[in-house]
Amino acid sequence: MTLLDFARGPAIEVAMVVFVFGVIWRLAWLLFLPHAQDRSKAKITGGALLSGTVGSFVRHMWPAKEYAARTLVHTVASYTFHIGLAVIVFGFGQHIQFIRSITGLHWGGLPTAVISAVSVITLAALLFMLLRRLTNPVLKVISTFTDYWSWFVTTLPVVTGLAAVSHLWIRYEDLLGIHILSVCLFLVSFPFGKLMHAFLVFVTRTQTGMFYSRRGAHV
Amino acid sequence: MDDWVMEQGTVGEALARQGVSRRSLLKYGSYLATLMALPPTAGRAIAQSLAGAKRQSVIWLSFQECTGCIESLTRSFSPSVEEMIFNLISLDYQETLQAAAGEAAEKARLDAMAANKGKYVVVVDGSVSTRDGGIYSCAAGKTNLEVLKETAKDALAILSVGTCSSFGGIPHAHPNPTGAVPVSDIVTDKPVINVSGCPPVPEVIAGTVAYLVTFGKLPPLDRLGRPKPFFGDSIHDRCYRRPFYDKGLFAKSFDDEGARNGWCLYECGCKGPVTYNACATTKWNGGTSFPIQSGHGCLGCSEPNFWDMGGFYKTLPQPTHHHGRDIGAAAAVGAIAGAGTAVLARQRRQKAIEEEGKTK
Ligand code: SF4
Repeated sequence: MTLLDFARGPAIEVAMVVFVFGVIWRLAWLLFLPHAQDRSKAKITGGALLSGTVGSFVRHMWPAKEYAARTLVHTVASYTFHIGLAVIVFGFGQHIQFIRSITGLHWGGLPTAVISAVSVITLAALLFMLLRRLTNPVLKVISTFTDYWSWFVTTLPVVTGLAAVSHLWIRYEDLLGIHILSVCLFLVSFPFGKLMHAFLVFVTRTQTGMFYSRRGAHV
Repeated sequence: MDDWVMEQGTVGEALARQGVSRRSLLKYGSYLATLMALPPTAGRAIAQSLAGAKRQSVIWLSFQECTGCIESLTRSFSPSVEEMIFNLISLDYQETLQAAAGEAAEKARLDAMAANKGKYVVVVDGSVSTRDGGIYSCAAGKTNLEVLKETAKDALAILSVGTCSSFGGIPHAHPNPTGAVPVSDIVTDKPVINVSGCPPVPEVIAGTVAYLVTFGKLPPLDRLGRPKPFFGDSIHDRCYRRPFYDKGLFAKSFDDEGARNGWCLYECGCKGPVTYNACATTKWNGGTSFPIQSGHGCLGCSEPNFWDMGGFYKTLPQPTHHHGRDIGAAAAVGAIAGAGTAVLARQRRQKAIEEEGKTK
């Protein structure tokens, strides 16, 4: 069995099983946890509460104006790599092929040159984020192993994918095998660390928005 | 390698007997040089060397195969290839082509082995059955496994022709009922050259034999034991549709606009990027075309396990063994485990509340 056979066969299958198990496990756990009853008197309910919650969610997508200037570069870099990752994952024809084989869903892809350019920009933003973490004294102190691990397993597929598309360094079959294995590493790490924020961000921000909106607070 | 070859006359003498002119030999030398990406001047040297070379004794064994490999060679579009190869070698045993049958045929093999002990080359097409002692493929009362071991013992080198003898091929495909293995799994103490392909390009078979005879040594081999002069580049490296791949222009199906425009077939399952062979340069039927040129993706037939790569129309990034059942089961188990974990948390909380109540 070649590296590519292993990556396309048992490795990706096991990684997907672990990913789905882990994500559902954490979400179900969160859903069924005991929740403290909110005893406050609701200032708003129904549609007003819903729009308040959505408004809070949207406002939290950008730093409050007191911090905006100070964190502008960091915020832009964060958005750059998040949007970049989404474009790479959902816009590249070969990734759409992959998603199609799992879910049956498919759509039109972007030209390879666009994906390559987005990958380079994404990589630059990811490197900036790492450098910032390593040089900012406060960030450095509060960073743990899982922060660096999350960065590593996110960046690795971008690097290996870019190399595979560009046919760099070694034979394509090995590059593709390594790229798929790096995706496997991402998938098995995802549910058990900070990467899970990709799902939990919707849960936590909605909960926060609802909590304050109910009390009539505009946050 | 001069002592490789038996005293059966030179190639030049054999060619002269056939009425092949010196000019034709020069042309063939140049052709081989081009095929092996050697400088044009090498053509003359190859022709001279071939003319003076002794004809190589060859014993050709056919095992679990479809005869496609020998058909590829003998029915090659360009008759000169076929003629050339049979002038380069002294084919002492080949079940499909030889006139002798039965015991006389087997005697021919044993005689050739005795006469050229340590000097003959064994060409094998077909994989070797090993399950239950190899009983699933026999000839003349002997298993292929026995014949291979017996014949290879005093051979100088082995040439595995075709993907079946090189890597197991179709008989080796899942579930491999005969326990088929490649020749290199059985013969481990002799040089084994793999000329893979299903079937191999006739010019590549002839070119490899010509290399042996001309240079008197094994050609440089890649990591799968294939001659680098012919298997050094992937189909994708030499594909005329490559500019479309680089631009991201893909046919999505065999009858869409992209297919009509001749765009890259990657998304139709082409295995060209992971397949090493000479199809894109030598092409087939006398250089007329090759599968990609006729509108179908490469199947990857010169690679190990090409039959089990998940399907000819599955693209390379797609998983080969995706089972929705496993994913569904993972989701169900995850939901149960999550609910279970939450129930445990609830119980712990309840217990803590009760204990707090007791202490008050
Ligand atoms: S058709 Fe196949 S070999 Fe040719 S460029 Fe496309 S992927 Fe590569």
